Amino acid sequence: MEPDTDLDERPLDWNAPSPRLRVLRRYEVAGTTLAALILAAGIAIALGAATAAVVAIVCVILAGSIADVVAGRRVRAWGYAERDEDLLVRRGVMFRRMSVIPYGRMQYVEVTAGPFERAFGLATVQMHTAAAASDARIPGLPAVEAARLRDQLTSLGESLAMGL
Amino acid sequence: MSAPTGSVSPPDGLPSPDPHVAAGLGGEWQRLHPLSPLVRTGRGVIAILVVLFIPAAGGGQKGSLGGDLLHIGVLAVVFALGLISWLVTRWRMEGGVLRVESGLIRRTSGRFPLSQIQAIDTVRPGLARFFGLAELRIRLASGSGKAGRLAYLTNTEAEVLRARLLALSHGMAEETPPPPEQALLTVAPGRLFASILLTGTGLLLELAIVALLVLAILAPGAAAAALSIGLVGLVSLVVGLFRRFNGDYRLTVADAADGVRLRSGLVETSAETIPRGRIQAIRMIEPLAWRPFGWCRLEVDVASQKSKGRQDRNQAKSARALLPVGSHAQAASLVARVFPGLPEERLPPPARARWKSPLRFHLLSWAANDRYAVTTSGRARRVTDWVPLAKVQSIRLVEGPIQRRLALSSIHLDTAGRRVHAVLRDRDRTEGALLLQELPKRCRVARQLRPAQPELHAPAKPATQ
Repeated sequence: MEPDTDLDERPLDWNAPSPRLRVLRRYEVAGTTLAALILAAGIAIALGAATAAVVAIVCVILAGSIADVVAGRRVRAWGYAERDEDLLVRRGVMFRRMSVIPYGRMQYVEVTAGPFERAFGLATVQMHTAAAASDARIPGLPAVEAARLRDQLTSLGESLAMGL
Repeated sequence: MSAPTGSVSPPDGLPSPDPHVAAGLGGEWQRLHPLSPLVRTGRGVIAILVVLFIPAAGGGQKGSLGGDLLHIGVLAVVFALGLISWLVTRWRMEGGVLRVESGLIRRTSGRFPLSQIQAIDTVRPGLARFFGLAELRIRLASGSGKAGRLAYLTNTEAEVLRARLLALSHGMAEETPPPPEQALLTVAPGRLFASILLTGTGLLLELAIVALLVLAILAPGAAAAALSIGLVGLVSLVVGLFRRFNGDYRLTVADAADGVRLRSGLVETSAETIPRGRIQAIRMIEPLAWRPFGWCRLEVDVASQKSKGRQDRNQAKSARALLPVGSHAQAASLVARVFPGLPEERLPPPARARWKSPLRFHLLSWAANDRYAVTTSGRARRVTDWVPLAKVQSIRLVEGPIQRRLALSSIHLDTAGRRVHAVLRDRDRTEGALLLQELPKRCRVARQLRPAQPELHAPAKPATQ
């Protein structure tokens, strides 16, 4: 589904989020799995059922590793490409999406970084248009790249602005 | 349903200049009509009167003096509040700016530059019509979406002021009459009534009434119990349907230089102008129950920021009907007038889309020319969306798991409207990829095609007479 060339048949260079996003997602999955593990083990020990405890622990670890694989694929699915007049953003594994947002339609750019993202030196860039349905979020960018993209989008948006 | 065509001049020209209005335009502070507080609080006062005096009239504990005093006190407070709000509200013209001041404790001062006026709507609630009053709502072209309200003026005052403000905002002499409008069609009340009875809510209500009647014949006791339980729901259904009937009663569509003018209303009448440049999309809906009659409904979606006004919220709740009910020919002529030069032939989706959308398949299609895109969809009801390519904000391609197996993809054209956005459902994947490359280009070209159209941030151009 992805066009590998732009309108003038030049090859598109897709940018990906930072590899650290993969690590961040892995930590997130690991944290959730650990919490589930403690809960399952605690309940099993309180009930005093040894075999049930083993089964529960194996199940939780299995679910955690599956979640990790899914998270990895989702991270790899993210990508964005800056073209002359618009930004392309692709995402999603099950539901694959690709958005085309003309720079001139942009109303404002938002850069956010939650506590975990900050710890990894990452930030999320989101472009807003007048349409609520527009979906132009790029997570897991290195802070420097996020700032560059923000400035780039803002200046392009100003020079190409066309209102509603 | 007659469709009167031909130029219709504004109602009996312009009345003789009103000294009151003339003074306001001259720059002195003006008050609103003295009956305004009564009309504003009217519905509330009537409700209070009913609550207070029905028990008193019904006998009961005959007038304890304290109770009566309390009733009178409540009424007095309500009237006093209304009177104060009237006393502290004033308006005047000040060097090309209309200023409206209101509020006693939290004073607000609205400034409405005439050059930015986009439309002036007239609203007359039932009580205001009884007293011959009208409210003017001034909408600005700026993005904030705030509206100035002058509630209430007498009918002639409102008419004169509206004409003058419009003339001044277009940079013409004060005495210029408002731009002529061409009446396109009026919706017959009978057809409106029938169409409302055939909507989902209408059918639900009829079903409930029939069920109650059957129950009443078979088991009167059970029917009474059911009625007492479901009464609130039934009443709210009836109120909702009546509101729709009231709002769209004798809706007249007219074409004016500054936009499409809609006049309608049974108890509360309103005259509203929808500026053409603000229309983001038009949707035509053909419910299943209307299909035997060949009826359809047209809705327009306009760009709107989230405004907090009570009035605006009421309007935002339901899509503005350009045509509450009408024949296909009427709908087609209206759509062609608002969006001239629409694409004609439609492209159906590939046959394998039947597996993904078995119910929608026979209604799916899309088309585009250099200005507009049109899509059709819907399961039981048929929905057609028209979107000007110049208004498209962003384009999204979405491929779900089933679609991927069938090599299909959907393309969304997002606009700034709230409700309508066109979706090209279940297209072939290669076609989708091609469209994702081509549509942004087409949108860019379409935007450059129409620089003459008044945009949201540009003041309205002088109307060509």
